[in-house]
Amino acid sequence: MDPLPELIQTAQAAIAGADDPAALDRARVHYLGRKGVLTERLKELGRLPPEQRRDAGQAINEAKQTLETAIAARKAQLEAAALDVRLASEALDVTLPGRGQWPGGRHPLGRTLTRIEAFFVGIGFTVAEGPEVEDDFHNFEALNIPPHHPARAMHDTFYFDAHTLLRTHTSPVQIRVMERQAAPVRVIAPGRVYRCDSDLTHSPMFHQVEGLLVDEDVSFADLKGVLDDFLRGFFERDLGVRFRPSYFPFTEPSAEVDIQCVICGGGGCRVCKHSGWLEVLGCGMVHPAVFEKVGIDSERYTGYAFGMGVERLTMLRYGVNDLRLFFDNDLRFLRQFQ
Amino acid sequence: MKVSERWLREWVDPTVSGAELAAQLTMAGLEVDHVEPAAPAFESVVVGRVVGLIPHPDADRLRVATVDVGGAEPLQIVCGAPNVAVGLCAPTALIGAVLPGGFAIEPSRLRGVESRGMLCSAKELGLAESADGLMALPADSRPGQNVRELLALDDALIEIELTPNRGDCLGMEGIAREVATLNHCEFRPLPADSVPPVVDATFPVTLLDPADCPRYVGRVIRGVDPAAETPLWMRERLRRAGVRSLGPLVDVTNYVMLELGQPMHAFDLGRLTGGIEVRRARLGERLELLNGVVVEPDVETLLIADHHGPLALAGIMGGEISSCTDATRDVFLESAFFTPASIAGRARRYGLQTDSSYRFERGVDSQLQRRAAERATRLLLDIAGGQPGPIVEAVSPEHLPTEPAIRLRPERLCKLLGMDVPAAEVEEILRRLGMAVAVEVDHWLVAPPSSRFDLALEVDLIEEIARIHGYDRLPGNRPLSRMEMPPRPEGQVALERFKETLAQRGFQEAITYSFVDPVFQRCLDPERPPLALANPISADLAVMRTSLWPGLVKTLVYNQKRQQSRIRLFEHGLNFVPETDGLRQEPYLGGIATGSALPEQWGTPTRPMDFFDLKADVEALLALAGEPEAFAFVAATHPALHSGQSARIERAGAWVGWLGALHPRLARELDVEGDAFLFELRLEGVRTARAPVFRELSRFPASRRDISILVDKAATARELQACIRRHGGERLREVRLFDLYQGKGVAEGQKSLTFGLILQDFSHNLTDSVVDETVSGIIAGLASQFGATLRV
Repeated sequence: MDPLPELIQTAQAAIAGADDPAALDRARVHYLGRKGVLTERLKELGRLPPEQRRDAGQAINEAKQTLETAIAARKAQLEAAALDVRLASEALDVTLPGRGQWPGGRHPLGRTLTRIEAFFVGIGFTVAEGPEVEDDFHNFEALNIPPHHPARAMHDTFYFDAHTLLRTHTSPVQIRVMERQAAPVRVIAPGRVYRCDSDLTHSPMFHQVEGLLVDEDVSFADLKGVLDDFLRGFFERDLGVRFRPSYFPFTEPSAEVDIQCVICGGGGCRVCKHSGWLEVLGCGMVHPAVFEKVGIDSERYTGYAFGMGVERLTMLRYGVNDLRLFFDNDLRFLRQFQ
Repeated sequence: MKVSERWLREWVDPTVSGAELAAQLTMAGLEVDHVEPAAPAFESVVVGRVVGLIPHPDADRLRVATVDVGGAEPLQIVCGAPNVAVGLCAPTALIGAVLPGGFAIEPSRLRGVESRGMLCSAKELGLAESADGLMALPADSRPGQNVRELLALDDALIEIELTPNRGDCLGMEGIAREVATLNHCEFRPLPADSVPPVVDATFPVTLLDPADCPRYVGRVIRGVDPAAETPLWMRERLRRAGVRSLGPLVDVTNYVMLELGQPMHAFDLGRLTGGIEVRRARLGERLELLNGVVVEPDVETLLIADHHGPLALAGIMGGEISSCTDATRDVFLESAFFTPASIAGRARRYGLQTDSSYRFERGVDSQLQRRAAERATRLLLDIAGGQPGPIVEAVSPEHLPTEPAIRLRPERLCKLLGMDVPAAEVEEILRRLGMAVAVEVDHWLVAPPSSRFDLALEVDLIEEIARIHGYDRLPGNRPLSRMEMPPRPEGQVALERFKETLAQRGFQEAITYSFVDPVFQRCLDPERPPLALANPISADLAVMRTSLWPGLVKTLVYNQKRQQSRIRLFEHGLNFVPETDGLRQEPYLGGIATGSALPEQWGTPTRPMDFFDLKADVEALLALAGEPEAFAFVAATHPALHSGQSARIERAGAWVGWLGALHPRLARELDVEGDAFLFELRLEGVRTARAPVFRELSRFPASRRDISILVDKAATARELQACIRRHGGERLREVRLFDLYQGKGVAEGQKSLTFGLILQDFSHNLTDSVVDETVSGIIAGLASQFGATLRV
């Protein structure tokens, strides 16, 4: 029978040499199992003289512990190694694309409309809608544009009959809102508008966003303030904004709003016709005749209105150089705005 | 309106540059579109007088001219122009000159004859689009004088885009007044001289429609020289304003129109009969216009007529029969005020747009007619001589526009502009604009000049003050206001969520025209006749869509033709459906998809999409309403859809939309490649949402049993599930259909479905026997309702 230290040495070598969990378990059974070498020795303690039993038992128990520790350590080692092997075998090419559906996206005009709405909703405007097949009254007459007014010549109108037409601007929504709602009013009206004109720079259908604010003590200065903020916010640039006098039958005073050319920075280029400025908006203070048509007291209330072209703002914002692209709906174009 | 800067500066000459002047006008509301030179650049072109002319020895069409250009030696120049003649003065490009287009003049030999310069046409100098000979300069021009100087070509043309309210600026005088006001300087008005009559010849004028024409000023001028020519300076000014020179009689009337804004007309007196009548047209009358077009004016149209019949469309265009010719000696000048309402829309009706109608539509100063007639007389006498008769003025004072004084309150001015404008500045601005200003206790009483008929209200004056003060000098405020929270109803799904859902599921938003091709419309929605436009922009955009599908299908085809095979598009917008009680304009959400179910990729086999792929997208949209069980897909036919692959979508029994495969016959007719699938939802039907309501969670485990049944093919999944639920009672928490099989092992006309049944109770653990009992009940129910058998 080997002396205990040699036995421990042999056992430790066997544990260290176990290459897989099964070999390790065999070693464990061989030394520590119910019929294992050390277990047998414990059983044989009884044959020793009583004065030796205590020391010998203690030595065997210590040896047992030593081996158990060694087995546990070896087991952890083997598991770690096995996991490493598994991880290595499961390694992926993480650059492969993900599986499943790929997202589509919004139309660039939809994207711009959403942005514009967010700016104005953020300062308390609500979104209003109106019909696109309109009547002459809301599209023209209520906006102080009687029949044969020269301003009508500027609106190439699509007609269905003498009184029914496709709205030429979003301004009729102003009238519809004021007809059903008492002052104060704070709305924007985005939507499709139509003019019977089609060439490189005109589309028979396009989009506008109308804004209307009516309250006591609304001034032209308020209009300037809000549009200044909007344009700088929309383009995310501290760009020059200028208001110049213009004419709309439904506002007085009226203004056209130019921004410093976003293409050339104001130095002059083809897009701004070498003027350094781009016209982006029409606006003004609501004309008393309009208030009269909808029964709002123009002595007590004042208001401002504005209208902007969504295509133009989108083209300037994203550098789109051809209006017609918006309505071709070519996927190669649309996908650029995901 | 095209304005010559040099001419303008004769009226008013502020100490600002041309560019500054243009900027001033733009910022005052007279938008300058662009500024261009009056003539292209060229140098070394001088007046040359032809002093000798001989035929070219070797060329029939060429002649050899001796040209005096003011130097010691005349030049020998070979010339091919038909109108070259001894005594003619013409622009002569000297050796070294470079003409527009970069054409350099060098000594040359033409068919062997030396030529030392070039006699020029107006076209060669860039002064005209075309020319049929040399440009004739006045016979008394001094040879050698620089042509740019002679013609005052160093000038800029300012193109102003006038808004319709500023009819007063359709003449130099109006623009000069603006410029003077903006620059705090004076402008020189035209001499206000009247030309006394030297003969007593008159021609009677009767206003038969004084409401449309309240003033008509006429004057006879006898014995004008038919051979007279329009002086060069006038021709040049007309040219720069874009008006063609047509002889002194017409040129003078056009010139006065450019000066004062008053359109005029010159009749050949010898061709008039009886007297002038200003009246509405009568049925059946015909008139040949100056442009050769014959019109039959309707009875709404205002005419100038004599006792024989129509002479002119009042304020629009003269007639051929009474027009001045090369032989005209006696003239009748017309200077009338036609109200805007009487002219507006008329010219367009006859397909005309003339300088005259353009002005009358916008409005002409109703006090201007006599002054214009005097001015024209003066110019005509200076150019063509003649003896004027007395001015005849027919006027109906009660029909003339009135000019009430306007009350302007300082506090209103301040309220509207958001700033105080000092009283002194207000009064100064108004007076400089030609208004009479009276200071009252708490307001001003302001009388605009008759030329500013656009000013009628207090706000009009406020705009004038803001405009002249300068919009850029007005303040900008961030307004303070009462914050009010708008309602945000949870019971309405925001439109954005539908769009985002589709975008996340691979759809690209499209925006197509609301008017569509009638062919596509008829194919895709044959049962609803669309609303047709009276004046469509083209035949393929002629009717209003009743469905989003025509636009989407067309867009699909467009993209397929551009090598796109997998296409998923959606659109949101109004449909226009004519109904007996009127037109319904309602928002819809529609989509189209074709190609593979998923984009081509490495990890998933490619398979063509089908009905159920798109149905999943539609179900994702419907789920936003928070009550998926309220929606049903019911097999139904639609003329645009495959009869076996189409579903009516209902919510609580009411129609909300369609889903299906495009009918293969239509796919072929409309040029669609492969199978396409479509959906359309009526937004109002799917937007209403149910807010979530909490339900207690069970603390007890759930049990699952799977059953496979064989059933007749015609039984629908929806009916079977309903039956299972009915028999499963409250304990049946969920039914999952997870297998569908037809084919080998299943009898013809039958199908096999496998359901996962999940049972759970709120108050106790389910025992096997309870579960078995429930499942048996379900199977028995299926057997009795559908004859279903368990598949083993």
